[in-house]
Amino acid sequence: MVDTTLTPAASAAHAAAAGAARWRPAPHLCVAGLLLAGLALVPLFSLWLGQSFYVTLVSRIMILALAAVGLNLVMGYGALVSFGHALYIGVGAYVVGILSFHGIANGWVHLAVALVGGGALAALVGLVCLRAQGVAFIMITLAFAQMFYFLAVSLKAYGGDDGFAIAARSDFGVVDLNNSVTLYYVIFAALAGTLFCLHRLVHARFGMVLQGCRSNERRMRALGFPTGQVKLTAYVISALVCVLAGMLLANLTRFVSPSYMHWLLSGDLVVIVVLGGLGTLLGPVVGAVLWLVMEEALSSFHLTGGPLDELVRTHWLGVAGFVALVVALALKHGVYGALVARFEGRSS
Amino acid sequence: MTSLHVEGLVKRFGGLTATDNFKLDVRPGEIHALIGPNGAGKTTLINQLSGELQPDAGSILLDGAEIVHRPVQWRALNGIARSYQITSVFSEFTALQNVMLGVQGQCGGSFSFWQPVSRDRTLVEPALALLRQVGLADVAHRRVSSLAHGARRQLELAITMALKPKVMLLDEPMAGMSHQESQEMVALLRAIKGRYSIVLVEHDMDAVFALADRVTVMVYGRSIACGTPDAIRNHPEVRSAYLGDEEVVA
Amino acid sequence: MTASLLLTQLLNGFQLGVLLFLLSAGLTLVLGIMHVINLAHGTLFMMGAYFAATVFGWTDSFALAALAAVGGSLLLGLVIERVVIVHLYERDHLYQVLATFGVILIFNEIARYGWGTSPVFMAVPEMLSGTVDLFGLAYPAYRIAIIGVGLAVGAALYVVVHKTRVGMLIRAGATDAGMVSALGVNIRGLNAMVFAAGAALAGLAGLMAGPILSVQPGMGEPILILTLVVLITGGVGSIRGAVYGALIVGIVDTVGRAFLPNLMREVMERSTAQAAGPAIASMLIYLLMAAVLAVRPAGLFPVKHG
Repeated sequence: MVDTTLTPAASAAHAAAAGAARWRPAPHLCVAGLLLAGLALVPLFSLWLGQSFYVTLVSRIMILALAAVGLNLVMGYGALVSFGHALYIGVGAYVVGILSFHGIANGWVHLAVALVGGGALAALVGLVCLRAQGVAFIMITLAFAQMFYFLAVSLKAYGGDDGFAIAARSDFGVVDLNNSVTLYYVIFAALAGTLFCLHRLVHARFGMVLQGCRSNERRMRALGFPTGQVKLTAYVISALVCVLAGMLLANLTRFVSPSYMHWLLSGDLVVIVVLGGLGTLLGPVVGAVLWLVMEEALSSFHLTGGPLDELVRTHWLGVAGFVALVVALALKHGVYGALVARFEGRSS
Repeated sequence: MTSLHVEGLVKRFGGLTATDNFKLDVRPGEIHALIGPNGAGKTTLINQLSGELQPDAGSILLDGAEIVHRPVQWRALNGIARSYQITSVFSEFTALQNVMLGVQGQCGGSFSFWQPVSRDRTLVEPALALLRQVGLADVAHRRVSSLAHGARRQLELAITMALKPKVMLLDEPMAGMSHQESQEMVALLRAIKGRYSIVLVEHDMDAVFALADRVTVMVYGRSIACGTPDAIRNHPEVRSAYLGDEEVVA
Repeated sequence: MTASLLLTQLLNGFQLGVLLFLLSAGLTLVLGIMHVINLAHGTLFMMGAYFAATVFGWTDSFALAALAAVGGSLLLGLVIERVVIVHLYERDHLYQVLATFGVILIFNEIARYGWGTSPVFMAVPEMLSGTVDLFGLAYPAYRIAIIGVGLAVGAALYVVVHKTRVGMLIRAGATDAGMVSALGVNIRGLNAMVFAAGAALAGLAGLMAGPILSVQPGMGEPILILTLVVLITGGVGSIRGAVYGALIVGIVDTVGRAFLPNLMREVMERSTAQAAGPAIASMLIYLLMAAVLAVRPAGLFPVKHG
């Protein structure tokens, strides 16, 4: 009876305690279950309301959640703060866009090129970035993402700064992504599948080494672990998750632009992970829901009926910045993470 | 059984010579204590033996083979394990997971992505055995952050042993322990004596005389004496070096 | 590629380097001594530019504009330090980055609210609007002035850091902040002062950039990222690294952008060069940074820690 979303330590502690105590449903697990169930039911809800808007909105939320889940692997479990992960979202999107532009619409080709190309790029970038220690790592990931942003902007053939539209969504043969509900469930499957795979990874040997590096890297080296290789591998895996998110984003919006790899989006990802719960599997999903719902609420603010509404609607990004500031200063474990921490506190 | 031989080791930090032509000879299977006043450079020496610090000159021979240029990971995988004076464990993990990491380090396989470690017998069983050996079996599933200092020092030793080393470098394993706890640690070390070649850095003189086959005295980075505990006890230079510090004479 | 063109670009690069140095010095001191990474440093630069442009627009007095820029940024820096930064000293870099990211967003919107989205125009001051004759080249006097101010500030910083007691504390703090604090120095006061000084330098850079860059919301971030490249290349926490790093980045970026596309047109066929030239030119300093990191992971002039 090993918990799926706790950290491995709490899992072990809980498993031991569970033998002695009566099994109580963990509150955060209930939240997790409800969240996933809720996500699965959104299209039906949307259909009932006759509003396709919610399908699009929650599709976007899930894509961002997916990217944040990827970032969480290196940031939460590996303590490598990357402020440039949106780069890989851009890579995924541009692969889909450029291949479509040149007439290659086969989704499997898109996927293969994106994963192989994105993986190679991530290995190269990761290799350079990991040379830098501590705070320099953060700075260099930001700098490199910016470099590729400039590269994307300079691609005049592909729209440059404005980006370009994609004629049709990736053709996977078995599913028709042009149906928004089908696309929604493909995104949901990608998110759920990634969560499951990362859950296995985090509890496997690799995950333990990664977390060991976060906890005490000096000791890990003294125990003979190839810490550099492990960190690079984790970085590449997390990048690939973001590449997948980018592919899905291009398909959803049918648009590709350099803004997908802008450092502001990288910053959003960092906020989302911390807001939800650093180092918990579902934290980033909760964070993405909260952050994007807040964005929507702010940009269509209509509470007071006075001039304040207009102010908030125009300058919602400033309010978002204020929230990010408060999250950084005041939030210890993130919203979902706090639930997990309280449960872990009780069981150990 | 493995021998460790250090010759002419030098380490300078700017104007300070921390290790000054140091010589050490550890015979196979012996417990070789390293004592000396505070600031003598003992931990710096251990760092150089483990590979975490590169000496400026000198040689380190493991069973006759030169290893002075080998990196930390290589040494850990080829027989050298060390414990830390300031406890260096993984506080967010349980005691069991800590030792399992040590076991995992020894048998490799960091790139396994699917099988949960909690169900991996090849990691769990040796780790539990080690915990039993150091007397921590009943706190196996407790988070290390909730363990007392003495228990953490025992865990420190368990992790070091998990590497199945040939040579163990123990940096003040009894640091900060109560008298009772120290005695337990001494009993433990006596039980594993002969299985490894051990360099034991310690301030606790009772422990040193109870355990050591030979003792090297280090002062200002140099080795000023080496011999059996009795010979060291009566050595005039050692007495004067310790004047004002702990009483060496029984 | 004529000699005068090369000289112009070299001088432009030097001038960019000076601006980057002013920004890097502040950022590297805050990072090196207080161990705080302040992404909102570009914001202080932007606000300095806005203060300068606004006051210059009202009064036509460059002196008053300078006072507004430097003084305003200094005050803003003090406020940010007391309200935000003070909570970040002991925290993980992740939260520092997150908090200052929030500050960036807040102030970009404040700028948008106060001045609108379109760039605010700031004219080059009258007395510096001419050109100076340098080896037969007519180079804008204003840019020469920037270089001059930069060198003067650099010299002043050198004197303060190496010849005064405060500077000694700063250098000591850069090597071992904990020890300085343990010696009874008012570390909070020192921190606030260092942060405010960095803010003032950023404001000065904003003042000088006003006439030559677009003063608009978000102008601080591209400069911030260039500053980060300087820090990584030169060495975090090192003033010498900031000096040389800034000059290298400034010159390589400017000269690269000016000449690389032409160079590539000589070597490869037109259409590829047209496409690739500007792209690679804009990537040049990042590639340089990667190359430096490959050889020297701690930067070119790293601070040696005790």
